[in-house]
Amino acid sequence: MMERAMNTMTVNGKEVPFNGNETILTALKREGIKIPTLCHIEGLPPTGACRICVVEDAKTGVLIPSCSFPATDKMSILTHSPKVIKARKTIVELLLANHPDDCLYCDRNLNCALQTLAEEHGVRQRKISAEKIKQFVDNSSPSIMRDPEKCILCGKCVRTCEEIQGVSALDFSGRGSKSRISTAFNVSLNLSTCVACGQCVNACPTGALVERSSIREVVNALQDPEKTVVIQHAPAVSVSLAEELGLEPGTDIVGVMTAALKQIGFNYVFDTSFSADLTIMEEASELVQRVTQNGVLPMITSCSPAWIKFAETFYPELLPNVSSCKSPQQMLGSMIKNYWAPKMNIPSEKVFSVSVMPCTAKKFEIEREEMVSKGISDIDAILTTRELAKLIRMYSIDIRKAGSAECDLPFGERSSAGKLFGASGGVMEAAIRTAYWMITGNELTNLVISELRDKENYREITVDINGLKVKAAVVSGLGNARLVLDKMMKKECDLHFLEIMSCPGGCINGGGQPRAIDKEAVKKRMAALYSIDSSAKIRVSHKNSSVMGLYENFLGKPGSHKAHELLHTTYQKRTDLI
Amino acid sequence: MRNNTANNCWSDTGTASNALLEKLADTGFSLQPYDSEAIKRITRETIDRTVIYIGAGTCGLGAGAAATKKEIEKYISDKGIDARIIEVGCIGLCSAEPLVDIQVPGRTRVSFKNVTSEKVISVFDDFFKGVICEDKVLGQFQCQSSLIWEKIPFLSQHPFFAPQKRWVLINCGIVDPLSIEEYVSRGGYASLNDVMAKTPADVCSEVEKSGLRGRGGGGFSTGRKWKFAAAEKSEQKYLICNADEGDPGAFMDRAVIEGDPFRLLEGMTIAAYAIGASKGYIYIRAEYPLAIERLYYAIDKAKKHGLLGKNILGSGFNFDLQIKMGAGAFVCGEETALINSIEGKRGMPKPRPPYPAVSGLFGKPTVINNVETFANVPFVFLKGADYFSSFGTATTKGTKVFALSGRVARTGLVEVEMGTTVRDIIFSIGGGIPNGKKYKAAQIGGPSGGCISEKNLDIEIDYERLKTVGAMMGSGGLVVMDENTCMVDVAKFFMDFIQRESCGKCIPCREGTKRMLEILEMITRSRAKETKEQALIRFQGVMQLTELAEVIKSTSLCGLGNTAPNPVLSTLKWFREEYDAHIYDRKCPAGACKDLVTYKIIEDKCKGCTICAKKCPVTAIKGAPKSPHYIIEDKCIKCGACLAACPFGAIITE
Repeated sequence: MMERAMNTMTVNGKEVPFNGNETILTALKREGIKIPTLCHIEGLPPTGACRICVVEDAKTGVLIPSCSFPATDKMSILTHSPKVIKARKTIVELLLANHPDDCLYCDRNLNCALQTLAEEHGVRQRKISAEKIKQFVDNSSPSIMRDPEKCILCGKCVRTCEEIQGVSALDFSGRGSKSRISTAFNVSLNLSTCVACGQCVNACPTGALVERSSIREVVNALQDPEKTVVIQHAPAVSVSLAEELGLEPGTDIVGVMTAALKQIGFNYVFDTSFSADLTIMEEASELVQRVTQNGVLPMITSCSPAWIKFAETFYPELLPNVSSCKSPQQMLGSMIKNYWAPKMNIPSEKVFSVSVMPCTAKKFEIEREEMVSKGISDIDAILTTRELAKLIRMYSIDIRKAGSAECDLPFGERSSAGKLFGASGGVMEAAIRTAYWMITGNELTNLVISELRDKENYREITVDINGLKVKAAVVSGLGNARLVLDKMMKKECDLHFLEIMSCPGGCINGGGQPRAIDKEAVKKRMAALYSIDSSAKIRVSHKNSSVMGLYENFLGKPGSHKAHELLHTTYQKRTDLI
Repeated sequence: MRNNTANNCWSDTGTASNALLEKLADTGFSLQPYDSEAIKRITRETIDRTVIYIGAGTCGLGAGAAATKKEIEKYISDKGIDARIIEVGCIGLCSAEPLVDIQVPGRTRVSFKNVTSEKVISVFDDFFKGVICEDKVLGQFQCQSSLIWEKIPFLSQHPFFAPQKRWVLINCGIVDPLSIEEYVSRGGYASLNDVMAKTPADVCSEVEKSGLRGRGGGGFSTGRKWKFAAAEKSEQKYLICNADEGDPGAFMDRAVIEGDPFRLLEGMTIAAYAIGASKGYIYIRAEYPLAIERLYYAIDKAKKHGLLGKNILGSGFNFDLQIKMGAGAFVCGEETALINSIEGKRGMPKPRPPYPAVSGLFGKPTVINNVETFANVPFVFLKGADYFSSFGTATTKGTKVFALSGRVARTGLVEVEMGTTVRDIIFSIGGGIPNGKKYKAAQIGGPSGGCISEKNLDIEIDYERLKTVGAMMGSGGLVVMDENTCMVDVAKFFMDFIQRESCGKCIPCREGTKRMLEILEMITRSRAKETKEQALIRFQGVMQLTELAEVIKSTSLCGLGNTAPNPVLSTLKWFREEYDAHIYDRKCPAGACKDLVTYKIIEDKCKGCTICAKKCPVTAIKGAPKSPHYIIEDKCIKCGACLAACPFGAIITE
């Protein structure tokens, strides 16, 4: 009884319990009391910048920021007193004073934190006027567009870029009302150190940071009778799209999505998980080669294009460690144009190849010079998961009645190992399953490597493959990756194989994914992938018969000359150009 | 030359501590224990050659002290006078700069005012002839062992100094700021030596008992702040001196550092001992090059004599001090922004709690005090907590240094006992308003403070009492304004300052202060320059001004934002009618808001000479020769050329 009394505060006249060091906001959120926020990032220390989350101390009448103020014993607060509501409304009005009035044309229309707050607080006229300051949209990056006029300077992008991703491409500059978010020396994004991961796009509460949309290009291609439009979808998309369409987070809608894509008019729908299996074959053989022939170790995965740009920008010395495999998306792109199109008797320039990706950096990846052969890009356009949802809405498809369809062969078959690519640790898990088989000729008895699952930070395992002890590690979030990479730079790393995913948690939390309201949604996406794996018939990449058929009919064997030509790539040290 | 008369504004700080000198003996310290003759020599109570003192603080140099010094050097070499020149800090009376004191053996030191380079020869010629011109002299110092000058008033009886109580500024402008021997000879470092014999907890308690409160403006109990940090268990603690003096019109910290740098170091070392900090920073604005130079010098000297660094005074206590220069952001005076700045980050405040005493610099327990607070500390221990707390008011003990400036006869640095009235400071010490003008208001506490109207002039200086009239102690800026000052214009000035200096982090401060400034700009803007819609927005703005101010005050992240609307709220409170005149009559009663002034020609006085029409740059004046002219108001740009040109005084402003 005593202990309970130690940890309660009074909220709007009701007793609310809290744990030791919690902030007011955390405690209230758990108790289901909603407090609006603009600058709060779950899991990072509060900055107290936006002041929207203020609550009133019932005893003193003082407004305190709930995001940073610790819940204290016997404290009594009012979360929606007239004073609080007035303060919040005024703050929103201050933000709107010189905000562009173009909600109708904004990417974030109906999905904007500022718009929602204005609506919730009954802002019905421009009470505070201010001159609009003309600022230019930065559309230099192939992945991300930045519109400074829509920026409310909450600082979430800055903190995400610095504290989560360790990139620090963005920061505050200037003072007072002339404060801006800027790159170093205010260069455009493509010249900055931005790695295009898009985590800032997910963090942004307004339309100041959005992905560069390819919807129009895709729609144009769909309408072009000359073009055969094919689309592939990444492993993480089918378990994330649901949220964007108003369904429960973590619902796998692969069949519905395929049906919708066909209804929209895509001629062929392929599954990137197929080429994830292909990647495993190539990568596992590269690893075996490196380990047995004294190659550069540890080998680092190369699926995540933002990680590749990060390595090229910040750790060029470690490029020899990065696997030469193209990402699964690029591998499939290459196979579509170089193998499938000729087989189907379609000239490859008539094929318009689209990918649905959980990622903004993929938009950058397809423009890399290494991803173009003989003037033809492997991939022509990238849609993020969010853009796909928009496309589905544009075509007025009722997702509940869309039915279900299968992906097209040969690139529609996948193992669940390929599907695991969507979560951090998945590549490693899939690779170990196949590497074990490659070396021993046997299957692992227990396919699930739980040490690698369901955690965000660094984790490490040692796998005994016939006496060969392979030390492998997984890390996601580039900020976390820095810690391992710095060790490698100091030669303090004895790993054989390292998986790096740019986004915290992997592709399920990618920069092109639905903006998760909380981390629970991301966990549910991850859980959905694991559940797909546990119920799958084929759970290892080397049992994907289409992959095996591709080797037999076209590529030869993993690591062959042809495979190298089409499925592998090179990297470059980056100084200042995209 | 100690000043120990009872009614003296300079308090007696005693003489060198022999216990201290014994410890300093091994460090090559030139003063030995029990050598009272040497002390007299060092403090120049007895001198064997002429000493010339030049007030060469930044303020003195600004008034031309460097040229004066050159001229004096030339003078003494031309005349073959054997004299030593000492550059001292600022004694406080800035309006009398450059100040030059002359002391000849056997006679008291005499201070001359406004000795610009061209006056050097006449002052010196007269002096060495034995004539002291009354209109050039400021006063003579008191010294028991020297012969006084007849008919020359004592400096301590000068109306500027007499009502003051100089504890923090005791040495400023008097001593050689670079001489650690002189500082020690005047009782310096005796407190540190005493403190080392006490437990840190006792030191904190003593400071708490003295009632010393933060002089940076907040007014938090210094002893309690130290206790919080002392109670934290941490391998590393930090001590920071906030010398980022950024208020317009404030220069107390600069003067203390330039004039008496060792006092700050001693105060900081005592504080470090009390809280257990082994590393300290002095965060000082880079715009104070002289103060920085003196600090480097003083730190070096103190280290050399074991008063700073490793094993201080043989106690085993280590305290290292580093100077960190600020890049000129006002917000870096806010403690959490200052910490960010030292850490190499952008100077942006962080939410509190956690307070720096718990988690400050690099996440370690940190105490931040300002220069004046630290400079008070040696005095607390020299005289004891009871003595210290016997001065001041019930809640506010000791003295406060103010930088008096603006429309006041005598400007400069003033240190008064807490509880002194604002009227005394402005009218007795400051000598009232010059040119026969009327007093209007005084801005106290800089851009965070408020104004003291005529009605409140008798308010006693006290943290709590100042708040009752919407002002605050602040760091000590005191800007006096006369009847020609427009209070709306003043509010606009401070609002402009604040909105430019806001760090841009929190929305109410970043956006709100800018909007408040715009509203003030609108009400001081001429009708001719606005459209009907803008006029409507102007009225809308006026209605929102206080509402906006309250939200900014109550929701901003840091002290800068919390106090940003104060100048507007306080002028609104005390000078409402002036706002009304701007808003409803579109007139500026003080005539300061140029846009709202209307020029008129008095028909009866106008002879039709056409001079004004010819001078008008925008041909806004019409009229036939030899008949009264008139001004087309819409065309007039209020340049005032006609007013200046009219030979008949026929043009007036309203």
